[in-house]
Amino acid sequence: MTLGFYPGCSLKGSSREYSESVLAVSKAFDINLEEIKDWNCCGATAAHNMNKELSLALPARILSLAEKQGLTEIVVPCAACYSRLTVTKHELSKDATLKAAVTEANGLEYTGSVSVLNIVQFLDKYITPNLENRVVKPFDHKVACYYGCLLVRPHEILKFDREEDPQSLDVLMLKAGATPIDWAFKTECCGAGLSVSRTSSVGRLSGKIIGDAKDRGAVAVIVACPMCHSNLDMRRDAINSYLGEKIDIPVLYITQAIGLALGLDRKALGLQRHFVKVTV
Amino acid sequence: MSSDTHHSGIAGLGGEVLEHTEVKVSHCYQCGKCSAGCPLSEEMDYPPSVIMRMLQTGNPVLEDKVLRSFSIWVCLTCEMCFARCPMSIDIPKMMDFLREKSINEKKANPKAKEIVAFHKSFLDSIKFTGRLYEIGLFVDYKTRTLKILEDLALAPKMMKRGKLNIIPELIKDRSGIAAIFRKSNKKNKN
Repeated sequence: MTLGFYPGCSLKGSSREYSESVLAVSKAFDINLEEIKDWNCCGATAAHNMNKELSLALPARILSLAEKQGLTEIVVPCAACYSRLTVTKHELSKDATLKAAVTEANGLEYTGSVSVLNIVQFLDKYITPNLENRVVKPFDHKVACYYGCLLVRPHEILKFDREEDPQSLDVLMLKAGATPIDWAFKTECCGAGLSVSRTSSVGRLSGKIIGDAKDRGAVAVIVACPMCHSNLDMRRDAINSYLGEKIDIPVLYITQAIGLALGLDRKALGLQRHFVKVTV
Repeated sequence: MSSDTHHSGIAGLGGEVLEHTEVKVSHCYQCGKCSAGCPLSEEMDYPPSVIMRMLQTGNPVLEDKVLRSFSIWVCLTCEMCFARCPMSIDIPKMMDFLREKSINEKKANPKAKEIVAFHKSFLDSIKFTGRLYEIGLFVDYKTRTLKILEDLALAPKMMKRGKLNIIPELIKDRSGIAAIFRKSNKKNKN
């Protein structure tokens, strides 16, 4: 089976292990992810902070290219890209003038027919039904499933899971053999796009997340967003200096944890690329 | 400051917010849930509920303070305020509008210099290559902010882990991307 794939910029650079693990898990289930040809950046936080029309035109170009390629369903593992693509679909579906302006700027036809799946929706639809009988090495650890912001909010547009105390990652990890914990920071922001421009804020926000996960006995944090991952993993020095202690709980992408449960090769899942050593 | 009556029939910045985003600042009854849940409110000059109140007054002096505030830039658009607002007021959408207006009117708060510089460097990177080029972003941001030493140790560590591309990913239709930037910048001065 073939599905469309929008990796986005992070998955081609600083978060390539997310892409590697998504592709490895898909391959294990004979799913071919076909990249959208000549895709561009979704514009991320910068575009919607600075220029509304640009923030809609860039994702619309991606969706138009997917349509042109004959893709009806695209998998978007990055929670931020998923948010931008879904918000764009929503905005253009209710405003014909905006849609006309964006189509004109892009010079590409846009009908809005492509379905956008976040990583959990993809896994639930194509992997979960056969996951349990494929688990060879149960991920037998206490885990803190961290959803962050853009996977579940705004609920009015995404209509995915619950915006307070979501469950979808917890259910997946349960099926992979883990024990998800109850904790308080599931949907608190990690500091997101302030990583470079205001690292101290990220240290504080991500510090609270890692601190709570540790206090409640988690041995790994499970994420579904490259921004969350880089803040919780790559910014661990800022986190530890905020907390005043050295915490070495690793942060795994959901697809890395599932890949481990499936018995896939650690290197194929990109675990060696993390800043905080993955010992689980 | 504008005290024009817009299509919305409401004067001032609150009216402009309504016209461009459909967000009704008048619906806020000051429960404060947005400010309580906002992860950045302690770093803001005015927490979200106070921004709402300032806009409700229609006072041009307060409206100008909103556009010059640090709050609108340190807001992460995490969407927590919107999730918890009992009146379902889309504050993040309003923040996007206020930021764009603040930039266009050259009112961005000086404390937000690095945040704005990062956004500009980010957009410049994708304008030329179509995709984000992380090393280019890094260098451009440092040039804009002169924060040369910050994060310098990070790059080799990322490189070692294969997390940084030396060569940018160039898309084919770069002229198409340039056209999108050109056309969407017509109304926009940044």
